[in-house]
Amino acid sequence: MNIHEYQAKQLFLHYAIPVPDGKQATTPESAEQVAKELGGDGWVVKAQVHAGGRGKVGGVKLAKTPAEVALLSREMLGQRLVTKQTGAEGLPINSLLIEKTYPIKRELYLSILVDRGSERIIFIASAAGGMDIETVAHETPEKIISVPVHPAAGLQGYQCRKVAYALGLKGAQIKALGKIMQGLYDLFLAKDASQIEINPLIETDSGELMALDAKINFDDNAVEAHPDIRAMKDADQEDEKENKAQQFGLNYITLDGNIGCMVNGAGLAMATMDLVKLKGGQPANFLDVGGGTSVEKVCEAFKLILSDHSVKAVLVNIFGGIVQCDIIAAGILAAVEQVHVTIPVVVRLEGTNAEQGRALLSNTGLNLYAADDLAHAAEQVVALAEAA
Amino acid sequence: MSILIDKDTKVICQGFTGKQGTFHSQQALDYGTRLVGGVTPERGGETHLGLPVFNTVQDAVNNTGATASVIYVPPFFAADAILEAVDAGIKLIVCITEGIPILQMLRVKAAMAGTGALLIGPNCPGVITPGACKIGIMPGHIHLPGSIGIVSRSGTLTYESVHQTTAQGLGQSTCVGIGGDPIHGMNFVDVLSRFQADEQTKGIVMVGEIGGGEEEDAAEYIKAQVTKPVVAYIAGQTAPPGKRMGHAGAIVTGGKGTAEGKVAALRAAGIEVVSSPTDIGVAMKGCL
Repeated sequence: MNIHEYQAKQLFLHYAIPVPDGKQATTPESAEQVAKELGGDGWVVKAQVHAGGRGKVGGVKLAKTPAEVALLSREMLGQRLVTKQTGAEGLPINSLLIEKTYPIKRELYLSILVDRGSERIIFIASAAGGMDIETVAHETPEKIISVPVHPAAGLQGYQCRKVAYALGLKGAQIKALGKIMQGLYDLFLAKDASQIEINPLIETDSGELMALDAKINFDDNAVEAHPDIRAMKDADQEDEKENKAQQFGLNYITLDGNIGCMVNGAGLAMATMDLVKLKGGQPANFLDVGGGTSVEKVCEAFKLILSDHSVKAVLVNIFGGIVQCDIIAAGILAAVEQVHVTIPVVVRLEGTNAEQGRALLSNTGLNLYAADDLAHAAEQVVALAEAA
Repeated sequence: MSILIDKDTKVICQGFTGKQGTFHSQQALDYGTRLVGGVTPERGGETHLGLPVFNTVQDAVNNTGATASVIYVPPFFAADAILEAVDAGIKLIVCITEGIPILQMLRVKAAMAGTGALLIGPNCPGVITPGACKIGIMPGHIHLPGSIGIVSRSGTLTYESVHQTTAQGLGQSTCVGIGGDPIHGMNFVDVLSRFQADEQTKGIVMVGEIGGGEEEDAAEYIKAQVTKPVVAYIAGQTAPPGKRMGHAGAIVTGGKGTAEGKVAALRAAGIEVVSSPTDIGVAMKGCL
């Protein structure tokens, strides 16, 4: 789960991680008021969307007067911001973060995440902040330092000093960075984060360290245990269909093609997408209906797939393990009738009671094709989508 | 011989009296697994499915001599269940539970270091030696005792591989679903090394997916250590970066964990990688 920058910075403050003076605003008037309250002689207006790369596309703008803050806010609010991380539709700008500006001496990078290879929480830091860290890692890996934390020992002082020296910090800054790292570590553990990124962590002209940006991702498996974090969810920033799918226990991801896929199991769902592509088609989605498939689930899955109007044909691929194929076939029949599916649906059933399932699906007078083999099913659905 | 489990393996079930535990324990019994009891706190002394229920794993081990345990408890109780099994001296722990917070698994793995206990999963279908012992949620009837070792991160793709190797008449020695979570127990190399040492296993099917670097590690290991033919398939070639494809571990981030990278690493190690998931069985037969 993702949250907005302004929410992340509120959490930072709670863990004594310094952030610029600022406040969220949802109208141009309140934005202007925030600027006046903050004081100073310069402000930044930051679009609050769940995506990076905002600065390059006009999602972060500087203002010299509170009136200019209002003007920029009016331009940004209600628009959709398209960054390289959002897809072509972009994300709605429903709120802004107004902050005081600070003279920046250097931009650093600091993040904390779970490294699956070492099975440790690790810190990653670089003196080359402000840039895309993946580019830095790729082109100049020597500029990146990583520090793994043992779960029993926790974060140690030497580890913070190691990072501080690598970043070229001096004197009081060493302790200041240690406090920031400890705050990040405590926040990470307390709220089951999966990644926290500060890019950039700035060193001001007066030598202070401050998180100019803040991105936090939380472990979806743990969010249930944190009502405060769950309350920060902003459904407007997420794909409507993906949200809907979650309500029904379906795993759905929108893709660009025209062949809808409905599969049980995440691995088989990915493999089915791959197979469609291999046979010359383009999958419209990833959809894992999970175990224990019911008629209701199958109906909802069909509704989701058909709500994407580019879908020309559907491939259902079920490997019936514990779930019996004839029950699934009955579910598909009910769904096709209830949801009024008119486009062709190719169904591949394998496993328990597959033959009975296929028999149910043949000669129905509906636009249904029962395939006996996955490769043929994929070829058939690609041909049907092309003919549509 | 098979790997990890055989007809004599004594198994207990944690979360025995729950809905999942009950259903799959009955299936395991029907398959012929030597399930010898189960654990549900505060239900000790009862009988369930004709087997004794114990309050603790230690009680169950002391009374039954079980060496393996299968876990069907909800995600927020699973870390506790795994460590209870480790503490009671269980040698093979199979955790089916999906949705365990990653930080809990991180602590579990650190706590397990040096104990010698083996963990399969979590978020996995389990392990089966066809005709002998089934621990997990896989449909038993698609399996055939035979010569192919199967190891996979995905449940349904394990079944797909089983189905195809059964259709080819090859059958399976043991099938291990290592699970779809980013932090989990046994990895590809742990299972591959056992297949290499197992006489019954003549060929190996390895099914990977996007995310992480275990397939790359496996490629290196196979090149150096495995003399048996290996057929591999990697799911997620069309998956967009930054999107979690169902499994928590199936995500391409920062250009790492892509299907292309994994396929290239496996091919460079001389492994036959099939492009289509429907070619696994045929390719395996062709290698023998």
